[in-house]
Amino acid sequence: MTTYIMRRLVQAVFILVIVTLIVFFVMRLLPGDPIIIYVAQSAQLEAMPPEMVDELRHKFGLDQPIIMQYFNWVGNIFQGDFGESIFYHEKVGTLMLERFPVTAHLGILALIVGSITGLIAGLLAAVRRGKWIDKIITPLTYIGITIPVFFAAILLIYTVGLRLGWLPISGYTSPFKDFWLSTRQAIMPVFCLAVFSIAANARQLRSSMLEVIGQDYIRTAWSKGLCERAVILKHTMKNSLIPVITLIGLGVGMIFGGSVLVETIFAIPGVGRLMVSSIFGQDYVVVQAITFVIAVIVLLVNLFVDISYGWLDPRIRYG
Amino acid sequence: MVEESAVMMEFQEASPRVSEWRRFRRVFLSRGVVVFGLVVLIILFLVAALAPWLAPYDPYKPATGKSLEQPNIEHLLGTDILGRDTLSRIIYGSRTALMVGFISVIIASIFGVTLGIIAGYAGGVTNMLIMRTMDALLCFPMLLLALVVSAVLGGGISNVIIALSVATIPGYARVTCGVTMSIKENDFILAGRAMGASDTRTMFRHILPNAFPPLIVLMTMQLGALILAEAGLSFLGIGIEPPGAAWGAMVNDGYRYLLKNPVLSFAPCIAIMLVVFAFNMVGDGLRDALDPRLRGLL
Repeated sequence: MTTYIMRRLVQAVFILVIVTLIVFFVMRLLPGDPIIIYVAQSAQLEAMPPEMVDELRHKFGLDQPIIMQYFNWVGNIFQGDFGESIFYHEKVGTLMLERFPVTAHLGILALIVGSITGLIAGLLAAVRRGKWIDKIITPLTYIGITIPVFFAAILLIYTVGLRLGWLPISGYTSPFKDFWLSTRQAIMPVFCLAVFSIAANARQLRSSMLEVIGQDYIRTAWSKGLCERAVILKHTMKNSLIPVITLIGLGVGMIFGGSVLVETIFAIPGVGRLMVSSIFGQDYVVVQAITFVIAVIVLLVNLFVDISYGWLDPRIRYG
Repeated sequence: MVEESAVMMEFQEASPRVSEWRRFRRVFLSRGVVVFGLVVLIILFLVAALAPWLAPYDPYKPATGKSLEQPNIEHLLGTDILGRDTLSRIIYGSRTALMVGFISVIIASIFGVTLGIIAGYAGGVTNMLIMRTMDALLCFPMLLLALVVSAVLGGGISNVIIALSVATIPGYARVTCGVTMSIKENDFILAGRAMGASDTRTMFRHILPNAFPPLIVLMTMQLGALILAEAGLSFLGIGIEPPGAAWGAMVNDGYRYLLKNPVLSFAPCIAIMLVVFAFNMVGDGLRDALDPRLRGLL
């Protein structure tokens, strides 16, 4: 197990290096002078006298060879310095510290809702295969994996928010400030973020449980006279959960992708909305920083999933 | 003579030959949802191909005095703020969706398959470099990566295609690399090499065909995911320039008039869902029909 974990850690460090390379060099694909990354728009740049541009170039280290620029950038990041936003005139680090908790709050809730609801749904559908409950759950999971995030959001806003008036249609409040309002505002966005996970988890658990239920050792468990609860929860569930764990890891990426849309629609001041507004505002320092941080989070989650995977399934550890 | 024909008959009965194609067709068409998906896709292709003849109105020309009409007999799905017919715009939007989907799948699979086969065949450091780069790419959520790439390259539909292709390369590389690593140990590869087959020939003539079944399934599934991602991007306002029609952008336009005319944003959403569902189901059906492990079971 230790060698397995070590191998994964080394791999993760290697991937992290490639992630920094990708983030750094993708930003350099911007047409024109790379100084554009640090100074708003090209129109402004053209208006500047050349000496000032040179001065700025020196200030941001752009007169050094590109390799040195890369190392400076990575060095700064590891010291927690992500640069300064052009639009907000604020350190990107501070900006992200404000926005990330919002996305994390909704995202973690969505992850929990997605896993629990999805697993219960998948379990019920598998155990009562072909019965009415399966016939309701399975088509719903088809809808869940195909529905665009924004359609789920618009449908909810239209029905629950506007027609029925049960929930506020936008905004975000910290749960520490006003828990009740915060929860009411969070219900729709969290559901939109979770809907894919719910469906995907349910589908995966259903199919992997059906596979396990047919195994010999399950028949043995039944013939020993174990009750249904013991057979399903102890013998079947445990082995069926292994493929589902990878899905939960994937779900983190999906939630970050979805938060871009959900936060835009529900006007939530999270990192996804900051990303969109920074892209349209050409605030590339912010875009670069957010992309990097999200990639690192996904990387860490996947590392964690891989390790727990090896812990659960010895075949992978020694494979 | 009599004995001999009896033996012959027995022999024939003992080995019923099932045509591969027939089995494929039987398994593929055995599920209702798959057939439904197939029908939806055929209709979609026809609609996209025949758009100018099917669309009742010009999808781009604004019509004054017809703004935000409810669905009626003249405009089956109503009109948008500029008075353009929603149905016609959905019909033309299918072209955008299919074009983005197919071109991205082709670009991504060409790069992904080549990288994957090289990684799997060469092994060692090459494998590590390529596959870890793919892992690194997978750390970026698809929508996010596409957003950043198209932000850097600038809007435009062709940049959306590039962005989505880059985001989906790792999937193909992983599948091809896996198949290559398991196939290259086979004796027929050794035999081929003994007969003087070059590395390129071995890779593309002998190994690659083995990866076709999982690749075809992946491509079909990806088409759905790509259309969904394109809709997400155009919903955010990245991609096709106005007055061009894209489903995601139509949702965003209609969303502002949600209370006045919900059909405006619901109709393109339903179109997206139907198409994504169809690609997923056809992908599912293909997987069942092409998976060699299910042979004999299905």
